[in-house]
Amino acid sequence: MAVKSELGYADLPALFRRMAGDEKHEWAAASTLQVLWVLYDRVLDVSPDRVSDPDRDRFLLSKGHGPMAYYAVLAAKGFFPPSTLDGWTGWDSPLGWHPDRVLVPGVEIGSGSLGHGMPIGVGVAMGLRLQGRHKPRVVVLVGDAELDEGSNHEAIALAGRFGLDNFTVVVVDNESGTHGWPGGVASRFAVEGWQTSTVDGRDQAALYEAFTTPHPGKPMAVVAKVVDR
Amino acid sequence: MTMRQVFADTVQDVMRTDPRVAVVLAEISRDAFAPSDRVINVGIREQAMVGVGSGLALSGLRPVLHTYAPFLVERPFEQIKLDFGHQDVGGVLVSVGASYDDPALGRTHQAPGDVALLDTLPGWVVHVPGHRDEVGPIVRAALARRDRTYIRLSLRENAGPHPVVEGFTEVRSGRRGVVLAVGPVLTAVLEATAGMDLRVLYATTIRPFDARGLRAGLGDTGDVLLVEPYLEGTSSHLVAEALVDLPHRLRALGVRREAELRAYGTAEDHDSAHELDVVGIATAARGHFRL
Repeated sequence: MAVKSELGYADLPALFRRMAGDEKHEWAAASTLQVLWVLYDRVLDVSPDRVSDPDRDRFLLSKGHGPMAYYAVLAAKGFFPPSTLDGWTGWDSPLGWHPDRVLVPGVEIGSGSLGHGMPIGVGVAMGLRLQGRHKPRVVVLVGDAELDEGSNHEAIALAGRFGLDNFTVVVVDNESGTHGWPGGVASRFAVEGWQTSTVDGRDQAALYEAFTTPHPGKPMAVVAKVVDR
Repeated sequence: MTMRQVFADTVQDVMRTDPRVAVVLAEISRDAFAPSDRVINVGIREQAMVGVGSGLALSGLRPVLHTYAPFLVERPFEQIKLDFGHQDVGGVLVSVGASYDDPALGRTHQAPGDVALLDTLPGWVVHVPGHRDEVGPIVRAALARRDRTYIRLSLRENAGPHPVVEGFTEVRSGRRGVVLAVGPVLTAVLEATAGMDLRVLYATTIRPFDARGLRAGLGDTGDVLLVEPYLEGTSSHLVAEALVDLPHRLRALGVRREAELRAYGTAEDHDSAHELDVVGIATAARGHFRL
């Protein structure tokens, strides 16, 4: 399924328009866009010809809503041809409003119902460690409102207590949660023994630095603050 | 030795030679397993237990998830639906407590609806062993597969074990109709129908449902009495489907649906209340088969 020519960040708006239509500019507002791009362009050890390699990095999009940025990045990186974006959500398209790992090459989990990705990611990180695979890292993307789901807090405690240093959670925080997180999202992770950082979610250099900071002996949470424009 | 201990011992025996097998617990039965990197106790976190199990499977392992039936199947049901089914990964879920193994604990520890709930999801294999000696072969076979399997353990047992086979086993022949007994209700069924001209089939595997075995076992009539140790009528739709082109009458016994039984007492008391004791089954059989 790999396509030959890899596209760049500048190509993402055009890829977006294949889904959203010419009149829409939703690509600019997508809160996850820079995070996804930095991960796939510079951080994750993944590629279209290694989607079944047990030593690949894993990216789990837990917040499955608004997947256009995700699909655009996967297309840009050659996991499927850009033409697949045309007709998305159609009957025979593999691309729905929520991604399905069984249908889309490179998608590690199907998501849509909130609060599932982090516990699954903890299990993947544990499983890799049990099998002596110390190279791959597991990165889960959640939204700040998604943290409302209690299952995340079960996983935050577990990952901290098991010292999963192959595990990263990136919280895209656009302050969309109704009841909010007094003291900040990062404090919920820090109290459970995670290494945390809070950065501008549209600053690619800052995101890169956060994602590549070592965190020996503990999991890492990166809170990517994204103010709606 | 209980079914639970046989299960724990069997899993640990397989783990000695199969590095794919890993266990996820949520406190329940933690002392039945020796400490191991591959026995992960997540604490009282059942949603995480199922999610972690899914992640282990995604990483290439064969996860075994175990706790009390309501906390394994009912509380994290969406995790079972999505983290195993929708992700299309395999796992072995093993419960204790059954419908009312410990009635003094009350409704919170009773899961008569567990098999019916799993019936809303495609592809689950469901085993209901009726004796501790049937547990080892069932667990070993499940660990060797890659599918999604539910094993329902109980403190209730039949007088003796039967060989574990995939389909239904004929334990008594007869011509006036068929009684299908699932798991630990068999001994009561045999006693209740003693002297009646009925064929008795026994199942430790109820999903997939052995429709061919049921049809082959029909007597002169198409009449069937289904006796299940969980919610009444859980398998009725599969009996109806198996016999769709044959005239037949079906009566289903099981844990009654119409009201929550707010009573403690013993498991035998609850058998009587649900007509799952010898008197209840015999009365139902005589009426249904017009004996």
